[in-house]
Amino acid sequence: MKKLSARRRHPLAAVVVLLLALAATGGLYAAFAPADKAQADETAQSLAIKEGQKLYTVGCASCHGTGGQGTSDGPSLVGVGSAAVDFQVGTGRMPAMQPGAQVPKKKNIYSQTEIDQLAAYVASLGAGPITPTEEQFDPAEADIANGGELFRTNCAQCHNFTGKGGALTEGKYAPALDGVSPKHLYEAMQTGPQNMPSFPDTVMPEQEKRDIIAYVKAVNSDDTPSPGGFGLGGLGPVSEGLFGWIFGLGSLIAVAVWVAAHTAKAKKS
Amino acid sequence: MSSQENPEENLPAEQGSAHDAAHAGGTTVVQHDEDPLADPGLPAHKPRIQDIDERAAKRSERTVALLFTLSMLATVGFIASFVIFDIDKIIYVWPLGHISALNFSLGLTLGLALFCIGAGAVHWARTLMSDVEVADDRHPIEAAPEVKAKVMSDFADGARESAIGRRKLIRNTMFGALAMVPLSGVVLLRELGPLPEDKLRKTLWAKGKQLINMNTNEPLRPEDITVGSLTFAMPEGLEEDDHDFNTEIAKAALMIVRIQPEDIKDKRELEWSHEGIVAYSKICTHVGCPISLYEQQTHHVLCPCHQSTFDLSDGARVIFGPAGHPLPQLRIGVNAEGNLEALGDFEEPVGPAFWERG
Amino acid sequence: MSTATATDSNKKAPAGERVADWADGRLGIYSLAKANMRKIFPDHWSFMLGEICLYSFIIIILTGVYLTLFFHPSMNEIEYHGSYVPMQGIRMTEAYASTLDISFDVRGGLLIRQIHHWAALIFLAGMFVHMMRVFFTGAFRKPREINWLFGFLLFVLGMFTGFTGYSLPDDLLSGTGVRFTQGAILSVPIVGTYISMFLFGGEFPGHDIIARFYSMHILLLPGIMLGLVVAHLILVFYHKHTQFAGPGKTNKNVVGMPLLPVYMAKAGGFFFLVFGLIAIISALFTINPIWALGPYRSDQVSTGAQPDWYMGFAEGLIRVMPGWEINLWGHTLVLGVFIPLVVFGLVLGAIALYPFIESWITGDKREHHILDRPRNAPTRTALGVAWVTAYVIMLLGGGNDIFATHFHMSINAITWFVRIAYFVGPVLAFVITKRICLGLQRRDKEKVLHGRESGIIKRLPHGEFVEVHEPLSQADRYKLTAHEQYAPAELGPEVDENGVRRKIGRMEKLRVKLNKGYYGGDNQVAKPTSEEYREITSGHGHH
Repeated sequence: MKKLSARRRHPLAAVVVLLLALAATGGLYAAFAPADKAQADETAQSLAIKEGQKLYTVGCASCHGTGGQGTSDGPSLVGVGSAAVDFQVGTGRMPAMQPGAQVPKKKNIYSQTEIDQLAAYVASLGAGPITPTEEQFDPAEADIANGGELFRTNCAQCHNFTGKGGALTEGKYAPALDGVSPKHLYEAMQTGPQNMPSFPDTVMPEQEKRDIIAYVKAVNSDDTPSPGGFGLGGLGPVSEGLFGWIFGLGSLIAVAVWVAAHTAKAKKS
Repeated sequence: MSSQENPEENLPAEQGSAHDAAHAGGTTVVQHDEDPLADPGLPAHKPRIQDIDERAAKRSERTVALLFTLSMLATVGFIASFVIFDIDKIIYVWPLGHISALNFSLGLTLGLALFCIGAGAVHWARTLMSDVEVADDRHPIEAAPEVKAKVMSDFADGARESAIGRRKLIRNTMFGALAMVPLSGVVLLRELGPLPEDKLRKTLWAKGKQLINMNTNEPLRPEDITVGSLTFAMPEGLEEDDHDFNTEIAKAALMIVRIQPEDIKDKRELEWSHEGIVAYSKICTHVGCPISLYEQQTHHVLCPCHQSTFDLSDGARVIFGPAGHPLPQLRIGVNAEGNLEALGDFEEPVGPAFWERG
Repeated sequence: MSTATATDSNKKAPAGERVADWADGRLGIYSLAKANMRKIFPDHWSFMLGEICLYSFIIIILTGVYLTLFFHPSMNEIEYHGSYVPMQGIRMTEAYASTLDISFDVRGGLLIRQIHHWAALIFLAGMFVHMMRVFFTGAFRKPREINWLFGFLLFVLGMFTGFTGYSLPDDLLSGTGVRFTQGAILSVPIVGTYISMFLFGGEFPGHDIIARFYSMHILLLPGIMLGLVVAHLILVFYHKHTQFAGPGKTNKNVVGMPLLPVYMAKAGGFFFLVFGLIAIISALFTINPIWALGPYRSDQVSTGAQPDWYMGFAEGLIRVMPGWEINLWGHTLVLGVFIPLVVFGLVLGAIALYPFIESWITGDKREHHILDRPRNAPTRTALGVAWVTAYVIMLLGGGNDIFATHFHMSINAITWFVRIAYFVGPVLAFVITKRICLGLQRRDKEKVLHGRESGIIKRLPHGEFVEVHEPLSQADRYKLTAHEQYAPAELGPEVDENGVRRKIGRMEKLRVKLNKGYYGGDNQVAKPTSEEYREITSGHGHH
């Protein structure tokens, strides 16, 4: 203990304290940071057995109105079609949790059967895009290169070269496409959720949508090769620059400190 | 034991006195023997472990040799990797992901081979070479007055002998000739490109040209375009494999959206639209990025390069960012076949502003 | 007998010496070596920042030459049929296709490309930090002002060499950068459109720009840079390196270890360390995966379009500038683009000219070889920090979209923050830095006069607790008091002793005012004197 107090004023003490403090802060943050927990489990529990309109009345009507006509809190659902419901509920965006610039994607709390029931109800309110079938969105036979070309013309401006996402105005954003299922990708193009424009079949035929899905799956999935090594988030020069400064130049300076430092002297006997 | 010799002039006593005499320019530091803030001179050299313990020195030697050997092995590894791995072989390396085996192995072995040479050399220098600090004197950079006088007189002699001061005609014509001769080079640069003329004012759009969907290469029909959708078009007749495709599309690229006519605030915009279908230049008026981040609920379109934001429901007015004027609108209508067509070229230059734009 | 001795000594001379003799007879290498072989270099890690730059420059040249063997600087369009599947059959320029080939069909090509690009980022980052080291320690003072300018030019040329290189693959990201360049050129009043037409060989993008950038990137710019690097190094040798104040280190000497062998080994070794580390980084981390970006097309774009970091500050300026445009007499003044262009030049120019401004203000014409500790030049340090602050704020502005998505903020809010912070930040940084510097000066003074706080608490016989202060060694005391302090300049009386009015120019008045801002009043803490020290220590030990 005495030793400790004697070294308290050592020139390097401040550095050591700083490092300890940083480590402690990081540890505490990791321990107390809110984990991404599944929310509103109990609503899911209580709604699990209800169907169609019942599901709607409980989960959606407060914002979208009892007949889907819309309120000040949510748009009309007349004519949005089953594809929109499948996308919004399937990706967990609906029901929305809180107002904000944009409704984020979160854990889906409905089963596919329930989503289908909800979709059927909303589709009955007015005709709209229909939930696509497997052969409509299955990218297995699609042309990846053509999909890339279409992606760069129609999608990359918001979603980035390989679908890493990007910023829009006033806090809105185009989400990253990592891990989005082919069906949801297809439905997003078909229905134009939130501020995303739609790309109806009349201007972007089904086959082209499949090409785009194939491209996204080829360049943005867990097993997409990144030949050059770790991809740094695929965000381009900003992350590369940060990395170059912190790790590139940082490691070189660390080495320089070693090269220039005086070698330890033999202790006086 | 250290076999390094310690030159006499580096000994602290010597150093001290040498420097007291020649202390930093300008300041007058009064030097008493007991001056508590005086320069004590170079500290005496203290030996390292390697200097006094031959075993430690041997260890250092072995470390250096090991590093150099590792480098050799790494080079062998580099050559082996070059031969062994297929160029398209992808391996999974945690936590880097699915990466090229060739790039990974070549880079690591090359890096190791180089790093070990460096580490060996530095370790050698740090532990086995002399670490006696030596002082070298500096000499003023300015020449001594005699030297300067000699140079000046030599220069005067040379100038006089050339008679450049006396024979003014020669001097003046020479300067004239030297000043003019680079003009030839400047004139040659004229061939770098054509004059601007009205190139920045014209695009391929003209009355009667159909709007071709960039996705399908088919003419667009009004019923194809729904509210909330986004479509890109190019003028009829332009093909992707045209020699000048990139240059032409850089001006002609079109962004088409449909807005409920009652939501269109700008009168001219509504007039130039077809049933709420509006066609705007896709080229940002700031510095020319293809702008197309269309938010279908707000009708704002954002440029991904510098965040200029335009309101497509209000004549593409600039509502944020560095762009200086609205996106040009193309006047459209429907032809006999029911396809969308242009009713003329843009009325103002598309893309970034320039001096002659007016 | 005599012939025998002659052959004897001939035999004795080793091969190396005979080669050296041969070279000396033609090049005079012995005289060169006499002056330089045992040249002294001081040891400090920050003195190796320049070496990082030099070595990464060499690495860039080596890898760059290799890349030229495979790269086709052509904008002819072809259909791609190489190994990368997601690009099969896509139309692209030969420049882009050959870059794909380097990445996927040349064994080791990807590695060399990545080394080239990582080394370029590190080269510029290294130059930036090196420049800041020189700035904050005052190493730019006489006689090194010209070398400062050489270094500055290297940084600026490095930026443009980097930019042209970044553009060569003709991918969608770099093409967007070229488009921006063209738009910026168009904003130049009167000549903008002409420069644009001449640079691009017609309208954007045309078919010439890649080939033209190529000759600039591999020949013109690096050629000039190589010359400047050589001149820079010659001057470093000629001036001899600066050093920090310390025992035995004066303005008239340089203390360290000799070039042969220690620095030969350390500096030579450091080259391999730098190269090795960059190679390892290139093995592990992707840089600029052009295959993911697609070929450039003037009607396509991606979000997150940024230049490499060294142009990020210009990107920030252009992003946050309001869209001012003036139309008068049939002409357009594109201030929204042109002002950032001018500010970009001014900000860089300010740092380039600083040594001359400072020497004018101080009026100091002496040579300086002892480095300042930044705290001992508070005004300069504060100005430097203010400059860096402005630079970094613009760098943030240049990445506003990435920061918006990753920190869940509004891009508009970030832009407004940067707009305000660009003016407020440097002022705050200046004031705060100056306070910190003066505080540190006071602490140094405390340390010299009262010693270092040891952390040992002593209880005195009458119950009082005191902390024992350890006196500093003579060497440390010297180190903390070795710096010079200028007395603030005075205008002097307007009327001399003979009653004659002395004319004082306006510039001189300005100079004196600025000088007082540097050294007058509260702008420095008087360093302790020997007398003060004696007075305090002569009493009873420490308290």
